[in-house]
Amino acid sequence: MPTYTQIGSAVTVGGAGAASIDFSSIPSTYTDLVLKLSLRQDSGTLNYASMRFNNATTNFTYRTLEGNGASAASYNGATGTYGFPVPSPATSSTFSSADIYIPNYAGSTNKSFTIDTVTENNATTAYTDLIAGLWSNSAAINQITFYPAGGNFVQYSTAYLYGVSNA
Amino acid sequence: MPNPTRIEVNCTTGEVLEIELTDAEVAQMEIDRAEAEARQAEEQAIADAKADAKLTAQAKLAALGLTGEEVAALTNN
Repeated sequence: MPTYTQIGSAVTVGGAGAASIDFSSIPSTYTDLVLKLSLRQDSGTLNYASMRFNNATTNFTYRTLEGNGASAASYNGATGTYGFPVPSPATSSTFSSADIYIPNYAGSTNKSFTIDTVTENNATTAYTDLIAGLWSNSAAINQITFYPAGGNFVQYSTAYLYGVSNA
Repeated sequence: MPNPTRIEVNCTTGEVLEIELTDAEVAQMEIDRAEAEARQAEEQAIADAKADAKLTAQAKLAALGLTGEEVAALTNN
């Protein structure tokens, strides 16, 4: 049976905000990784935000299915996107949620990942994305960094990292 | 005004550090962000152009006399 173990410490952004959230020195002792994010940024930029593996920005590809309350579409691209953090014009004190699953993160093959994410907004427009991604690199993932699409992550944004055993 | 900070969790020690970005890191972050936005805008433009081309093609097929069902069969709609 799979077991989930929290790795490192939970991150809760303080009053000064944060330009990035970084999990470093990730041990290679688990089968898979899971991340749970709750994020909001102080910029109005509504754009896909990026994550990096081992501080790399290249060799990422993704395909996403997206709905916004009015229409649905699919997009593909070449960044390590994890969707939209809630931007500043959205309803106050709302945050996006993202679940990220990275199987076989310590293996010696390319690294796939899946993301289920949604923004929160007390209005007609909010975004949900199902993202399938690939990092074409055989290195074990030992560092994961998240950036907002603009500005900084605001206070009370959170990030948790879990290792999955026996997946 | 101090530079923004980044939060780093060392997953081996459990230590959480809040580190103020250097001026060089702030400058690099802005460059990275601008590049990412430009790349995403380019990807969006390609996707939009593709969608527009599909609509134009469907309209041309309809103008040739194909039914809606026939157009959908050809364009996988």
